[in-house]
Amino acid sequence: MRRLVITTALAVASTAGFAQKSTADGIAEYRAMLADGNPAELFEAKGEDLWKKKRGPKNASLEQCDLGKGPGVVKGAWVELPRWFADTKRVQDLESRLLTCMETLQGLNAAEIAKAPFGKGEQANMEALAAWISAESRGAKMNLPQGHAEERRMYELGKRAFFFRGGPMDFSCASCHGEDGKRIRLQDLPNLTKNPGDGVGFAAWPAYRVSSGEMWSMQRRLNDCYRQQRFPYPGYASDVTISLGVYMGVNAKGAESIAPAIKR
Amino acid sequence: MQTRRDMLTRSASVAAALAGLGLLPQTALANWSQAAFEAKTLPELMKALGTSGPAESKDVTITGPDIAENGAVVPVGAATTLPNVKRLLLLVEKNPNMLAAMFDVTDAVEPSISTRVKMGQSSNVFAVAITGDNKVLYAAKEIKVTLGGCGG
Amino acid sequence: MADPMRIRAQAQGDKTTVRVLMSHEMETGQRKDAAGKTIPAWFIQEVSATHNGKPVMTAQWGPSVAKNPFLQFTIKGAKAGDKVAISWKDNRGDTRTDEATVS
Repeated sequence: MRRLVITTALAVASTAGFAQKSTADGIAEYRAMLADGNPAELFEAKGEDLWKKKRGPKNASLEQCDLGKGPGVVKGAWVELPRWFADTKRVQDLESRLLTCMETLQGLNAAEIAKAPFGKGEQANMEALAAWISAESRGAKMNLPQGHAEERRMYELGKRAFFFRGGPMDFSCASCHGEDGKRIRLQDLPNLTKNPGDGVGFAAWPAYRVSSGEMWSMQRRLNDCYRQQRFPYPGYASDVTISLGVYMGVNAKGAESIAPAIKR
Repeated sequence: MQTRRDMLTRSASVAAALAGLGLLPQTALANWSQAAFEAKTLPELMKALGTSGPAESKDVTITGPDIAENGAVVPVGAATTLPNVKRLLLLVEKNPNMLAAMFDVTDAVEPSISTRVKMGQSSNVFAVAITGDNKVLYAAKEIKVTLGGCGG
Repeated sequence: MADPMRIRAQAQGDKTTVRVLMSHEMETGQRKDAAGKTIPAWFIQEVSATHNGKPVMTAQWGPSVAKNPFLQFTIKGAKAGDKVAISWKDNRGDTRTDEATVS
């Protein structure tokens, strides 16, 4: 009989406790529990290996790849991408820059890598590299340069792309990410027209998605956004996708990068 | 709210599950316990017990979130303050096969393990401890599984 | 050959917390592919841990353990410099062993 009383009391207490903790708190607790032991670390380890591994027809590593801070400088490079590169005369994001390096340094075929399906083969390698390279900037603040005219032009292009409505549902990025306080079911949607805060939005990708057990780079994230808009994907590492990165990244100036993060 | 009947039913269910899985102390297991991991539902596993059955115990703890944003990865832990524990098990009641994992612990490790399980739906999750003198004790927690939004 | 595990073993006082991330699909055998065919079960069945070569824990896992499994446990009495090794074997017979030094 005493056991019944205790159990009942516990049951009541726990029910009351649960009611006091909001669903949002519950989700936050779940995410916190996953933060230690992020499977992204498995991809980071792979990415570091790939950076240093001699590959391709030229049998060279990526260690001379310039990500914007000089050949081979990886620390701090992620939070300054996309940016202008003098050698290609383009503003490039991480994936686009990796394609450049893989082609020029290693002799690999960039077009084929861009066409490969996400998560497989060379695309899996790209995602591992993105995981490691972004990890080398973990904790740093987003600080995209806007000194070059092309960088500013790409920002404006990105803004236009962000607000461009199209596709069968007439969605734009702004439909979901253009205002504070929006959400889809239990997912809060960050406002990407401004700095949404540390570790949110642009500062939270690449990320390991537990729902599929996959490592997603920003290119893949954008690809899925377009899929959800029922809009054709502008193309892997295309100017439009890079410009969106410039727009979001410049808006997020000062936000702390937590990449590679862990997500639903 | 739990009635005494609920409690007894639950004890019986866990007992049946364990008996059906052949996991009670008197059974020796060799290699990977296929029968154990193929056990499906609690009611299906009703078997007569040689012992007085597993009891819910405050000395066993099951840790986990109240709500999981995605059932693919749910962090759970089983721990106990009981001495002389041989085995710790994690069961997800409503999974197609209930037994998720079992750990044979020696004196060299603390009787406390954490891992991540897949949950097909909201369900009770059990941590079960089996001691060296064949006591079987458990703790239960309900974990709600939800579906998030767009995956951002 | 499977991808390497990430093992972190940190000593705090007279205990060492070991955290492991394993790279494995942990396919349940319940899913079907786009063509409707069942994707075969492929998952880690056995895990074992040693401390300076001495077995300290073994485990049996089923397909309910999550993909890219995480495992945390605590070894009593381990100290900095000791070796912790983790091994796993899956239902296809593939194995992997990795070692870490307690820091």
